[in-house]
Amino acid sequence: MKDVEITLTVNGEKKKVRVSPKESLLHVLRDKLHYISVKANCYRGECGICTVLMNGFPVKSCQVLAVETDDADIVTVEGLSKNGEPSLIQKAFIEKFGFQCGFCTPAFILAGHYIVENMPDATDEEIKEVLNGIVCRCTGYKQIIDAIKLALQWKKEGKS
Amino acid sequence: MTYKYVGKSVPRIDKDKVLGGAEFAFDFEIPGMLWAKLVGSPYPHARIVSIDYSEALRVPGVVRVFTGDDFPFKVGLYAADRDVLARGKTLYYGQPVAGIVAETLQAAEEAAEKIVIEYEPLPYSLSVEESLSPDAPIIHEEMSKYKHAVFIYPKPGTNIAHHTKVRKGNAEKVLKDADVVVEKTYRLPLLTHYYLEPWTGVARVRSEGTVEVWSSHQSPFAVRELLSKSLNIPMHKLVVHHLYTGGGFGGKAGLLLEHIPILFSMKLGGRPVKLRLTARENFFFMAQRAGYVLKMKTGATKDGRIIAHWGEYYLDAGAYADYTVNMARAIGLTATGPYEIPNVHVDSYAVYTNKVPTTAFRGFTMQELHTAFESQIDELAHELGVDPVEFRAKNLFVPGKSLTAIGERLKEDAGDPLTPVLEVNKILSNVGIGPRKDKPWVIRSKGIAAFWKGPFQPSSAASSAIVKVNEDGSVDILVGTGEMGQGTITALTQIVAEELGIPPKKIRVSPHRQTDMVPYTWQTVGSRGLFSESMSLLMACEDLKEQIKEAASIAFTVNKDMIEVRDGKACVVGEPWHCIPIEKLAIGYMNEKGVTVGGPLIGRGYYVPPRNVLTDPETGQVMEEGHLAPFYTFGAGGVEVEINLLTGEIKVITAATVLDTPEVNPGLAEGQVIGGAVMGINIALREEIKYDVRREFKGIYPDGMLLNPCLTGYIVARAGDIPKKFEWKFLGVKQKDAPYGAKGIAELTMIPWPAAIANAIYNAIGVRITDLPLSPERVIAEIKKQKPELLEKAMEYLRINLKGGDNEH
Repeated sequence: MKDVEITLTVNGEKKKVRVSPKESLLHVLRDKLHYISVKANCYRGECGICTVLMNGFPVKSCQVLAVETDDADIVTVEGLSKNGEPSLIQKAFIEKFGFQCGFCTPAFILAGHYIVENMPDATDEEIKEVLNGIVCRCTGYKQIIDAIKLALQWKKEGKS
Repeated sequence: MTYKYVGKSVPRIDKDKVLGGAEFAFDFEIPGMLWAKLVGSPYPHARIVSIDYSEALRVPGVVRVFTGDDFPFKVGLYAADRDVLARGKTLYYGQPVAGIVAETLQAAEEAAEKIVIEYEPLPYSLSVEESLSPDAPIIHEEMSKYKHAVFIYPKPGTNIAHHTKVRKGNAEKVLKDADVVVEKTYRLPLLTHYYLEPWTGVARVRSEGTVEVWSSHQSPFAVRELLSKSLNIPMHKLVVHHLYTGGGFGGKAGLLLEHIPILFSMKLGGRPVKLRLTARENFFFMAQRAGYVLKMKTGATKDGRIIAHWGEYYLDAGAYADYTVNMARAIGLTATGPYEIPNVHVDSYAVYTNKVPTTAFRGFTMQELHTAFESQIDELAHELGVDPVEFRAKNLFVPGKSLTAIGERLKEDAGDPLTPVLEVNKILSNVGIGPRKDKPWVIRSKGIAAFWKGPFQPSSAASSAIVKVNEDGSVDILVGTGEMGQGTITALTQIVAEELGIPPKKIRVSPHRQTDMVPYTWQTVGSRGLFSESMSLLMACEDLKEQIKEAASIAFTVNKDMIEVRDGKACVVGEPWHCIPIEKLAIGYMNEKGVTVGGPLIGRGYYVPPRNVLTDPETGQVMEEGHLAPFYTFGAGGVEVEINLLTGEIKVITAATVLDTPEVNPGLAEGQVIGGAVMGINIALREEIKYDVRREFKGIYPDGMLLNPCLTGYIVARAGDIPKKFEWKFLGVKQKDAPYGAKGIAELTMIPWPAAIANAIYNAIGVRITDLPLSPERVIAEIKKQKPELLEKAMEYLRINLKGGDNEH
């Protein structure tokens, strides 16, 4: 099978990339386009730390074929802050100490961003369900969940 | 006394982890860089008959293939027992046998598939028992030739990598006089750290001969020392770069893999080489946590005093013992937990097996020791018919009075062993023990465990620090400790902010280290980082303040002792209108005529633990009434659990932690408390590196294979697994010669959980489980063995309940 050219939008910028049919979105983002916030660990869909937003939904980028992302809209952590101003979820992670070593953090921030944008009344259990696909070995998750709840509350209060 | 910055939840300074742009070794690249890939052995113990890599060399982009013969020497931490790539024979399933270097990772991967290696399998051992049996295969036949540290005692001709002895009083004789003796054997499996950043290293040799390496590690100076010794590179020609490290938990503290890309680069004209492991490779190529077999006999008298303890502690070291030899020493020397016992007789051993190499893990044997010892304590209390909390209260160390197992007299201000136990007990006082009303086959219970730990380090373990004032009054801190998530760099800014009276936001500590540009520190291990670097910084700030006073005394033409430094200013005592901001002194003070006195302000400090000493090789007793560690943190943990008698599932509802020390930053401390509890509870319930020890799967899986090198087989806690409720408390008991009285906590938070949960199970159903993990299978099997009637009762409850359910229709 031959390489094909795809066009995808990453953090609002249009990118044309030549990809092989077996190449993952993870490989394109990290190794071809150098979005280093997209981390990797298991490359087989178990750890979730390569999570990015694809058309608004969190996906494990190692499990998405690059050819599937032709015309797709991708967001990584680099794309969350607007004009240098961190997004709500980023501010909340800092406020609540929702990160330690930082290697899984981009994935949790994007999952948190998804919750803040789409699940305004999320309960603890619903938040945990979204987060269950991503592994963190440092925090024990509580401060991550606290950060997401704070961002939800800020959003309700109209803070931006 | 309250402080302005110390004790406050000052936000973490490593915000780039949240905002994007944080750089790890994983991300690090150099133009023209080559990629390396390693090929692992498919046998646990085998002679290498031949290696044919001619096909691999034909893959486009492949530059070179290396085998063991390219590197005819051994490397190691405390004992040089490790081949760079296997030479002659392989010692475990997965051991690197060949290395490929290629222009791209894809080419290296493709070539790896094309290497043909012929092996001749040898008999192998997968357990301590097998390795110690008379007909055991000898794994390291040339052990007598290995170079090793002076305090390591290997036994050539056997599989024993190290033996530590602790002798105090006469335990064997006194045990005969005890009113009760509890004798048990505890078995703990090998574990993996599962830090999220798989090990990565990039190395190059500069044209003038300097070797540079960027890698994922805890302690840049320890990496430099090991590489310098192993590869004979002078330290000034070897630069170790530390970027952010994606978790370590002890797994990035010993000898790592830096020597591999360095050696490859050396043979390739210095071209940069990157070796980046996948999570699966990390299980095989990196060292894991040892397995344990802990045999204990502990005796007490009717009046509730523990009088003697006997132990044989075996650490399953795997094929290479890295830190595990020193861990065998650590668990021996701290053999009795936080209890004063007059008679102690303990032998601890590190034993080679044909499994993955092993090394340190958060807690450095203290979770493992307390898992066993805190079960012994509860058992003794039950045997004597006394309350386990009262029993602990009677036997815990009394600082200033007690002698430890190695004859160390704890200092008066060493801490508070007792109050944490009482506080945890209080937190759980409302938890009842017994079946749930709605589901009587689910039993509620609670259990506690006490603990202590200090950093287990050489008596000489030094650290140093530099504080520089910039021309605008901002401050740079230079330290050698690594940032791997624990938050030390944030807490250090708080210490310096407090000392100099300037806000933390005007202070920076780079997360990056370069060994030729920051001052020395021994290691980032043992919960010693914040303690040791802060002690150095306190001295550095004193030094800096002396320089500021000197310059200000010239500016105000007063005596130096008339100057005080506060709020980032130097002022004449009693004359607050005579002040000068420190930026005016940063690079020397210039008077109105242009004459400049003084010079750039650079404070320097260091810390070496006072009176830390070695131990006697025959008795393990401390020499010259000294100390083993600069501090000990005391604490206790307790759990509220539910035990499902039908499924064997244990659910932790509440986890309570109490520590005696003050906190430097409550937000960071909470992260350690919760993170440690979740990791510790998960180790208790789910974690295990699996081997086919009983040869049940012979012919199904390859011989001696590590069976679960992935997250579907090795279960790490997820967000949905954590306890409903966390409670924690810091008692604020200060040690005099500690920074703002504070001691280390990072490992401590993980210690008590397996014992607390095992004690909770016993409290509820009278079943003592001595092996980990406390998996549903094991819990059901143990109930069947010890209390089979409980299972029948649970089934009956279920039948009644189901009938009750029917009636509702």
